[in-house]
Amino acid sequence: MEFETVIGLEIHVELSTDSKMFCSCSAGFGGEPNTKTCPVCLGHPGSLPVPNRRAVNDTILLALALNCDITGCSIFHRKNYFYPDMPKNFQISQYDIPISSGGTLEIDMGEYTRTVGITRVHLEEDTGKSVHVGESGRIHGAEYSLEDFNRAGIPLAEIVSEPDLRTPDEARKFMQLLHSTIRYLEISDCKMEEGSLRCDANISVAVDGSMGTKVEIKNMNSFRAMHRALTYEEQRQRRTIRDGGEVVQETRHWDDARGTTSPLRSKEEAFDYRYFPEPDLVPLEPDEAWVRELREGLPELPGDRVRRFVSEYGLSREIAETLTGERALADYFEDAAGKGQDPVAVAKWIAGDLGALLNDAAVTIQSCPVGTGGLSELVELIDGGVISGKMAKDVLKEAFETGNSPRLIVEEKGLTQIADESELDTLVDEVIEENPGAADDMRDGKEQALKFLMGQVMKKTRGKANPKAASDIIRKRLT
Amino acid sequence: MAISMEEVEHVAKLARLALSGEEKEAMRCQLSDVLEHAHRVSEVDTEGVLPTSHVVPLVNVFREDVVRPSITPFEATGNASWAEEGAFRVPRIL
Amino acid sequence: MDIINLDALAIAESIREGEISAVDATTAFLERIREVEAIVNAYINVSYEEAARRAEMIDAMLAEGRDPGPLAGVPIAVKDLLSTRGFTTTCGSRMLENFVPVYDATVVGRVGEAGMVMLGKANMDEFAMGSSTETSYFGPTRNPWNPDTVPGGSSGGSAAAVSAGEAPWALGSDTGGSIRQPAAMCGIVGMKPTYGLVSRYGLVAFASSLDQVGPMARNVGDCAALLGVIAGHDPMDSTSIPAEKVDYQGRLDGEVRGLKVGVVKEISSRGIDEGVLERFRAAVSKLEGLGMEVGEISLPSFEYALSAYYVIAPAEASSNLARFDGVRYGFRASAEGEDIWEMYDRTRSIGFGSEVKRRIILGTYVLSAGYYDAYYGQARKVRTLIVKEFERAFRTYDVLVSPTTPSVAFRLGEKVDDPLTMYLSDMCTIPVNLAGIPAISLPCGLSEGMPVGFQLMGPALGEATVLNVAYALESELGFDQRPPIGRS
Repeated sequence: MEFETVIGLEIHVELSTDSKMFCSCSAGFGGEPNTKTCPVCLGHPGSLPVPNRRAVNDTILLALALNCDITGCSIFHRKNYFYPDMPKNFQISQYDIPISSGGTLEIDMGEYTRTVGITRVHLEEDTGKSVHVGESGRIHGAEYSLEDFNRAGIPLAEIVSEPDLRTPDEARKFMQLLHSTIRYLEISDCKMEEGSLRCDANISVAVDGSMGTKVEIKNMNSFRAMHRALTYEEQRQRRTIRDGGEVVQETRHWDDARGTTSPLRSKEEAFDYRYFPEPDLVPLEPDEAWVRELREGLPELPGDRVRRFVSEYGLSREIAETLTGERALADYFEDAAGKGQDPVAVAKWIAGDLGALLNDAAVTIQSCPVGTGGLSELVELIDGGVISGKMAKDVLKEAFETGNSPRLIVEEKGLTQIADESELDTLVDEVIEENPGAADDMRDGKEQALKFLMGQVMKKTRGKANPKAASDIIRKRLT
Repeated sequence: MAISMEEVEHVAKLARLALSGEEKEAMRCQLSDVLEHAHRVSEVDTEGVLPTSHVVPLVNVFREDVVRPSITPFEATGNASWAEEGAFRVPRIL
Repeated sequence: MDIINLDALAIAESIREGEISAVDATTAFLERIREVEAIVNAYINVSYEEAARRAEMIDAMLAEGRDPGPLAGVPIAVKDLLSTRGFTTTCGSRMLENFVPVYDATVVGRVGEAGMVMLGKANMDEFAMGSSTETSYFGPTRNPWNPDTVPGGSSGGSAAAVSAGEAPWALGSDTGGSIRQPAAMCGIVGMKPTYGLVSRYGLVAFASSLDQVGPMARNVGDCAALLGVIAGHDPMDSTSIPAEKVDYQGRLDGEVRGLKVGVVKEISSRGIDEGVLERFRAAVSKLEGLGMEVGEISLPSFEYALSAYYVIAPAEASSNLARFDGVRYGFRASAEGEDIWEMYDRTRSIGFGSEVKRRIILGTYVLSAGYYDAYYGQARKVRTLIVKEFERAFRTYDVLVSPTTPSVAFRLGEKVDDPLTMYLSDMCTIPVNLAGIPAISLPCGLSEGMPVGFQLMGPALGEATVLNVAYALESELGFDQRPPIGRS
């Protein structure tokens, strides 16, 4: 039996508008229950929706970034079903005429690339939140639930991919690229832990080329959880098929603690959303000028930027991906690299030590105490042999802590490396004289001795000797 | 266009209405009449006719993204038959 | 002064001139309400205290030389599906028996800004679903002309209140004839404006693409004035038309000579009672007498209007009424140990009356998988044909006419168990809602001692012409009879 995994994703992104999709309540996260509500988002009788222009604008922007076609005239539909987190017991969404469709997103897997189809990007409203009260704290076994509608009505962009993904790795890569793309557009903060980025997956396993049964996976709250859930589900389905069983078409819930999926039991068996055009809203007809302006204003997106960083700066794909994950980080790199030093070295320092310092201090690149000038200076000091790479680590740490420039730190602490050959000659002579045994070993070709002699040179200079220059001199003298 | 008892029951479930046996039967008879009349729309030749959803010639009606004060917590839950800690309390879902 | 027999604009003038106070006006109507409500039942809740307080406030403002608005102190009845902040809004349903809104409907705000005093919330068919005001949870309203008959519906409370002198004018709403049909049956004037002319914000939705708030009054002049107050763009309603404000009342001059009138064949012959047709034809010849050119026009799709309406309206209603689930507001049936689905089912089954449930079931059915295209999809195409036929007709005619109802007011209980027959009583009014155009009903005489309504229809935003023709016809007809109720 030959298996092929087929994965399609459905992603919901809460747009970071100031106000909600159809009313003027704050769209901010959290707050005391029901303090960000009004007659519209509580579904009070007689209230009516009026769409938020920015939410429409940002959805078009997202659609353009995913190479979608913008629909000339799209409409909102009502999706009808009862659930306590839905104030009107219908959700205003889009159905057969979404705001955009037919896009692509290309992911680079290293050995190969894959172009993933984007079926559609549409706009809808978010639901409220239920808190389940009972011993379990979950919906199963809860005694009752408490409904909070602060989230109800926050604009939600829904992105549906074609079933073009073939492995959990591809799915994760797709989500990471989508995440950074949305962050580049500055239309959502995309926090999976706060639910502003949510992902459901459809996964099936085709056997010898014939289509498998689709299973929907919910509750994957991080990239890692998604990868684990899809890997688990892929194995579960293969095992089921191998054992002669049949995969059931169902919705399954990912349990992150147990590392398993299980069927999501719902008492609601009758599903028929009875979509029909929302009569309280008029069509969306974004004119060409609006779309053109948004298209022209699109920033360079992460996928393109990775490719350019590789070709223009000679970076490896891995480091280019790290640097382009956040728009501000990539901007920082380009600014630093533009100051005349080796871009590969600059990239290595940003992705390596600086990244770790930022991470440990929970500081964003925007408020990084080491400016791009400072970073460039650091690389210049290393390349010029003024300080060693090891010293540079300490200099960067100090620059990060004090905000002082690397050059100033080096000067103040007298850290300047000894690279002057005549000075080093004298030092090496002294060391050879003081350690005749080791010098003999070296002459006999024992490489071990070099390390010892270098250590003595460093000891004498308190680490300030340029290691390459010093070892060159030792070799010259003793071989 | 007779509507069956099963259809009445299915639709009542979608609409979240619990009907008594008597109500269901009355509903079935009356709806069959009304549906028969309603089904006359299918007699009309609508080849090439686009459906009307709106009679107003408006498109692109928006509000600007501006936050205005919400209602008070008291107003939000004041009409609820059961509120708890500012939230609406509902019976168990599963 | 016999305040309750004054028309609304005359009351406004008397208050402005200082002949009577706002308190005098409000008190006179509140007394009339006390006197006849036991029979008529036009109101679900009367705002005795609030109205008296507000009238006093207006008098105080007038005394201080401040401007409380152009219609200061004129009382008004408001149909009980318009949201009134702090005042119970029931929609004629047990579901909302104790519901107190936190906001005012835009039109309620506008009548308040004009200085009017709300007397109370008028009775109606539950959630505006009905043509007789018999489906109200708060008991039927009776027709002031004959208490054994219905006032029409669903704005039967508003119509009966105006007819019986319990309010000088009222706000109603019209989804398939709910203003015009009761206006006709109660012998008053009622108008459904162009869809989008009057804000729906705060109008509890029945069928969103058809609903429109409109004025109900004793004469065309008042009707035009009240329309002028409530019409106009509202940013809270996405379907509100950003049109210029029009002084409808100021434009009434009765000059209609040379205008073309089309009698709509499909709703002016077959299925209409002979007595109604007689009054209708007499009124049409009056229009000729006014120098208008009268012709007959056939609009064949009208045959299917009722069918299309009884697909579209219940479909939208089934979705609009889903929000009544006992969670955030309204009635809730609770029982120990039940889950939310049982709570929903019982709440909605007890909270809604049978007509509402019937329409929810019907609407859910026509939207459900397998039936959508045959019913809802097809009905919306028929709607397009009706829109186009009206457009074509208005290329030739300035106004179209028909009787408002196929018969005069029927007896209470006569049609309540036969929905299809009840639905047929809206056959003349429904096409107007499907097309979103304006139409008015005005009394054109009596048949069997009961009022007959004359319907005038105009093109979208053609209110001024419709009102002016109605105004000219009204003076020509000279209909000034009042119902016998409470008179000695």
